[in-house]
Amino acid sequence: MNIRLWNWIHKLGSAKHFYRFSSLILPGLWVVSVLILSLGLYAGLMLAPADYQQGDSFRIMYIHVPAAILSQSSYVMMASMGALFLIWKIKLADVAMRTVAPIGAALTFVALLTGAIWGKPTWGTWWVWDARLTSTLILMFLFLGVLAIRNAAGNGPAAGRMAAILAVIGVINLPIIKYSVDWWFTLHQPASFSLTERPAMPVEMWLPLVVMILGFYSWFFALWILRIRTEVLVTEANKDWVRQLVNQR
Amino acid sequence: MFINVLNRELRIAARSPGEWLQPLCFLLIVMTLFPLGIGPSPGLLATLAPALIWITALMAVLLSVDRLFRDDFEDGTLEQLVLSSGPVWLNSLAKVCAHWLFTGLPIVCLSPFLCIMMNLSSQWMPKVALSLLLGTPILSLLAALGGALTVGLRQGSALLPVIIMPLMIPVLILATQAIASPASGDAYFLWLGALLSFSLTFLPLAIAASLKVAVSR
Repeated sequence: MNIRLWNWIHKLGSAKHFYRFSSLILPGLWVVSVLILSLGLYAGLMLAPADYQQGDSFRIMYIHVPAAILSQSSYVMMASMGALFLIWKIKLADVAMRTVAPIGAALTFVALLTGAIWGKPTWGTWWVWDARLTSTLILMFLFLGVLAIRNAAGNGPAAGRMAAILAVIGVINLPIIKYSVDWWFTLHQPASFSLTERPAMPVEMWLPLVVMILGFYSWFFALWILRIRTEVLVTEANKDWVRQLVNQR
Repeated sequence: MFINVLNRELRIAARSPGEWLQPLCFLLIVMTLFPLGIGPSPGLLATLAPALIWITALMAVLLSVDRLFRDDFEDGTLEQLVLSSGPVWLNSLAKVCAHWLFTGLPIVCLSPFLCIMMNLSSQWMPKVALSLLLGTPILSLLAALGGALTVGLRQGSALLPVIIMPLMIPVLILATQAIASPASGDAYFLWLGALLSFSLTFLPLAIAASLKVAVSR
């Protein structure tokens, strides 16, 4: 890989350079994410045709599916940051990990909540123990575990390592948990009945979904970068560059 | 060094039987509570028995983790263990072995009685015992990981279930299915064995890393 590109990526691990770089891209990222989200919401809520089985209640899918995808994505991202911190001791990775944990937990909660709201008119019940819902519930507990250990261990460097170990163990276990829950579900459900199968969606329905997923991802990164910036200012408060920044305002 | 740590742990456990008998009493008491809550119908109890036995075993193992690291942490022995010769993961494995010998193995030995309590006929007892034999070491390893992570924290023992329960779920699913599905033969037990080998390989490393972090606070 080009040495200059590698140097630039490596520089991003320093809090100061990350702060400067994110100051450049963050406003644009917010604008882009709001635009994509508005476009996706308009297309999903207004333009997509009503489902012949579920009527208009399926539209909560445009919030539920991106939230679910992002909840799993953010856990993997959190564990990757944890691994970076454990292996290479990049302090910014620790900051990144502790800032993304609440976002991921909130997204998992939104996925569970919107799933329950969707389930009531569609399946007649708020909750059912199928493979995907159970896996998402377990993901919620995995997030809560990382948050709990962060909370109990305080803000020192050891706290970051503990949470990172737990997150890495969690992500290694994630395929094991997912496959065992899937297998558990197939054992207990008669094969002919499947709650999560849906007929193929026409393009007017899944295109807004793709837009919403992109919008969620850009909003997620914008929010995460904002939180990292705030946390960096707090943890590096006694450094010169932070003081200069504060004095300039 | 492994033998020394193992010997020490076994001797400590043998000298204070109350510590390791307590989770077993918990196991028996909860297994008594279940029929009281569910009703004495033998068919229902037998159907629910594998799950109930396993969930209670899970909880008993979580209860017993406190004695694994906390006392050693408080009097400085844990620091010595981390600093001493030999890899830390081997010393942690010795501790977990001793823990299993006094927690998991008694549960395996108690399992015929638990089957009788739950009205499970004696043909099921070998399967229950084998699933516990393969599964309780995994539980001990996972619980030790949780214990190592929470040993320095204020409300560590309250945090332990939150951290470790999700990781124990695959063991629970595999073990209860291994007991309840006679038609599939030994496949599920082989999967349990695979999970055991996997945990034995990787979890001691994670436990060692957590111990090093805990001691450095």
